[in-house]
Amino acid sequence: MHPDVVVVGAGIIGAACAQALVARGLDVVVVDRCGPASGTSSAGEGNVLVSDKEPGPELELAVASRELWPSLAEDCEWEEKGGLVVATTADAAEPLRAFAAKQRAAGIDACELTAAEALAHEPHLNPEITAAVHYLQDAQLNPVKATRALLRGIKVINAGVSTTDGRSVTTSTGVISCGAVVNATGPWARHFGVNVLPRRGVVLVTTPIPGRIRHKVYDADYVGAVASGDADLQTSGVVESTQAGTVLIGSSRQRGGFDDTIESKVLKALARKAIALFPMLTDVPVMRAYGGFRPYAPDHLPIIGEDPRTPGLWHATGHEGAGVGLAPATGRLLAELLTGAAPHVDPHPFRVDRPEVMV
Amino acid sequence: MRIVVVGAGPAGMAAARTAADAGAEVTMVDAEPDAGGQFLRGRAKFSHAGVTHLRNTEVWLVEGQSLHLRAPEPRLAAGAAPRLLPFDALVIATGAYDRPLPFPGWDGPGVITAGAAQALAKQGVTLAERVIVAGTGPFLLPVATALQDLGATLVGVYEASSPTRWLRERKAILANRHKIAELVGYRKVLTHLETRTAVIAKHGSRVTVAKLDRRWNPVSHRTEHADLVCIGYGFLPRTDLVPSAKRTNDFLDVDERQQTSVENVYAAGEVTGIGGADLAEAEGVIAGAAAAQQEPPREALEAVREGRLFAQALARAHAVQPGWKTWLNAGTTVCRCEKVTLEDLAEATSMRELKLTSRVAMGRCQGRICARNASELTGIPFDGQRRVIAVPIPLGELADLPEEQS
Ligand SMILES: Cc1cc2nc3c(=O)[nH]c(=O)nc-3n(C[C@H](O)[C@H](O)[C@H](O)COP(=O)(O)OP(=O)(O)OC[C@H]3O[C@@H](n4cnc5c(N)ncnc54)[C@H](O)[C@@H]3O)c2cc1C
Ligand SMILES: Cc1cc2nc3c(=O)[nH]c(=O)nc-3n(C[C@H](O)[C@H](O)[C@H](O)COP(=O)(O)OP(=O)(O)OC[C@H]3O[C@@H](n4cnc5c(N)ncnc54)[C@H](O)[C@@H]3O)c2cc1C
Repeated sequence: MHPDVVVVGAGIIGAACAQALVARGLDVVVVDRCGPASGTSSAGEGNVLVSDKEPGPELELAVASRELWPSLAEDCEWEEKGGLVVATTADAAEPLRAFAAKQRAAGIDACELTAAEALAHEPHLNPEITAAVHYLQDAQLNPVKATRALLRGIKVINAGVSTTDGRSVTTSTGVISCGAVVNATGPWARHFGVNVLPRRGVVLVTTPIPGRIRHKVYDADYVGAVASGDADLQTSGVVESTQAGTVLIGSSRQRGGFDDTIESKVLKALARKAIALFPMLTDVPVMRAYGGFRPYAPDHLPIIGEDPRTPGLWHATGHEGAGVGLAPATGRLLAELLTGAAPHVDPHPFRVDRPEVMV
Repeated sequence: MRIVVVGAGPAGMAAARTAADAGAEVTMVDAEPDAGGQFLRGRAKFSHAGVTHLRNTEVWLVEGQSLHLRAPEPRLAAGAAPRLLPFDALVIATGAYDRPLPFPGWDGPGVITAGAAQALAKQGVTLAERVIVAGTGPFLLPVATALQDLGATLVGVYEASSPTRWLRERKAILANRHKIAELVGYRKVLTHLETRTAVIAKHGSRVTVAKLDRRWNPVSHRTEHADLVCIGYGFLPRTDLVPSAKRTNDFLDVDERQQTSVENVYAAGEVTGIGGADLAEAEGVIAGAAAAQQEPPREALEAVREGRLFAQALARAHAVQPGWKTWLNAGTTVCRCEKVTLEDLAEATSMRELKLTSRVAMGRCQGRICARNASELTGIPFDGQRRVIAVPIPLGELADLPEEQS
């Protein structure tokens, strides 16, 4: 076996890279120590969002991805449900409108709604909201099914990778030599030389209440929490239903290594914020809580490109809380760079030799 | 020294009593109104001056050195019961629940678990006219007896395993003669006992009863009529409160002092293995003593040693055999909450992936009933169940949680 490329990690990012490389005619093998979507990619809500990103390189990547997903997400519960971002205090109304105006200028479909219009879209929403913006491009899919769909027809080996020199990988079941290696190990990517750290998130899942919540609805303070570099717990209200009728409630952000203990203060904060958006949730039971580790780079930008220190070693990681939304364009960009084709988005902001990234 | 015991079955009561006798300040918490647990409920008169018994109180999360409590039925709430209960040592004695195996019709009306039947029988509920009890293990007999005592007509008690398996367990039998003697109490139902037999389908009141080979593959079948089928194929421990404790086959691992792999957390009774009420009680005595930093009594240690022989023999003689997987057809429900059938179980490499692609084990019971079965049906390794919220809780209650104490 001597594939052109070995992709390490069968999460949504590794799967998207493998798919894009195979689409360009390369022979690809994926290696994962626990199997497809066994890491962060099975721990998220599966949103494909443009609404939470301010104009800049990440938004560009998100828009490119949003265009690619529908043709890739066959049988993945793809739903163009739209996002509804609301301000819940008087002070938060103006910043939300200004943020939406900037996004509109960058080509995003962001419609301001009156409270009455917002309530027509989401009848159970708290009528006390002070501003609302409807994002038509926001969508959702099942990330586990999407990972599987991207990997269709691609060989996945169940093994852990200990080291790589860019021309081979040493796995728990032997050495595979190859033309190039892609590090797509998500929150564990630091092991292969880039400064990616875990940022914990917890999601609450309720018993099914089909049809009551229609969009992804979140509090405008979410954007601030995402962008923050603070290690302490941050929460904001993010509420939506799945096709099974359950309601997913996030979101929390916390740094502290790979500690996966669930704390009651996180449950409490999430519950409060969800009820503030939808008071009717008060009586709805939560049946499970789960969490995962978002892979983040200190400057909050994905890392996509070749490692200048180890030719042949490529990185595709650091997508933090947006890996599902950013996967197809990441895979495509990586494949373009690796095959010497013209990139469809500017790769410069995602390069590996950023001071915050090289470790 | 504050010791909290979760569960007021034979194990929990013994632990609470022993720890209190050793001078500890003991609180025993149980979701039910009466002490006694699965088997002795209604018959155990628990009272001990040194033990505060919090009834109708559910523990849903262990966080650091505190338990989060709630009232499952607010109208029964125990007055000003605390919602946060600190402890220096914790004894988990939460027992187990029985495992159903799926077959065509098991998700329809008239099929319940043996444990549920026993609980209803204790309340004096007459369930049905014609009853079948099917499964494996000696605990089917008291259930059948209870139903018969309530006036039900016992169509049959079907044991899937073969009694000859027990002949190889001479050591266990000698050490536990009293357990065998217990059987005599069930002689009224023994005449209805058929071994190597199982219910493999139920449509309305028509029940398909099969004779099985050693590996539980059906070799012949006949039709019986029954309104109610009670099933129990062994037990699954209730271990949600200590998700990080080490376990084997989902039962909590304990050392000779009943301590789990988590510091200050002990476990006793069916959460550690299935061996009957006596073993549960002896383990409770040891856990209570150890939690209170005392030497466990020699007799209890000896009883546990002998009881474990019996428990291991029980596990061997009544191990679920793979032939059950042939009882299902493509459209047979595997997960009742999410209505997932055998053919819906997609290809996957981990339980997590299986759940998220097929929705098996994602419903209200959170896989308590079906996850183990789905794992065996697909060959995907059972990963143990880590449920951080032990019971469904309304969001309003979470929003109103007490602030952390330090
Ligand atoms: C609570 C929560 C909610 C989220 N919600 C969303 C959302 O709605 N939308 C969105 O776009 N994003 C969301 N995210 C973020 C998203 O889940 C991640 O950005 C994305 O899953 C990252 O994918 P990945 O492939 O890089 O990493 P992973 O999915 O973690 O994949 C990495 C893989 O590498 C394997 N691996 C690691 N080390 C090795 C090794 N040495 N050898 C072999 N294999 C190895 C692992 O087993 C794993 O399968 C959320 C995250 C969390 C935690
Ligand atoms: C159908 C059936 C028949 C049986 N027949 C026999 C028999 O004939 N002879 C015999 O020796 N054994 C029999 N057993 C086994 C019997 O259940 C055990 O021997 C014994 O009850 C085990 O005791 P325990 O203390 O470990 O658990 P249990 O008796 O099950 O007690 C556990 C207690 O913990 C409480 N609890 C659990 N979780 C929580 C929580 N989160 N918060 C608060 N409270 C909680 C429960 O309400 C319960 O009262 C039978 C079991 C079953 C299911």
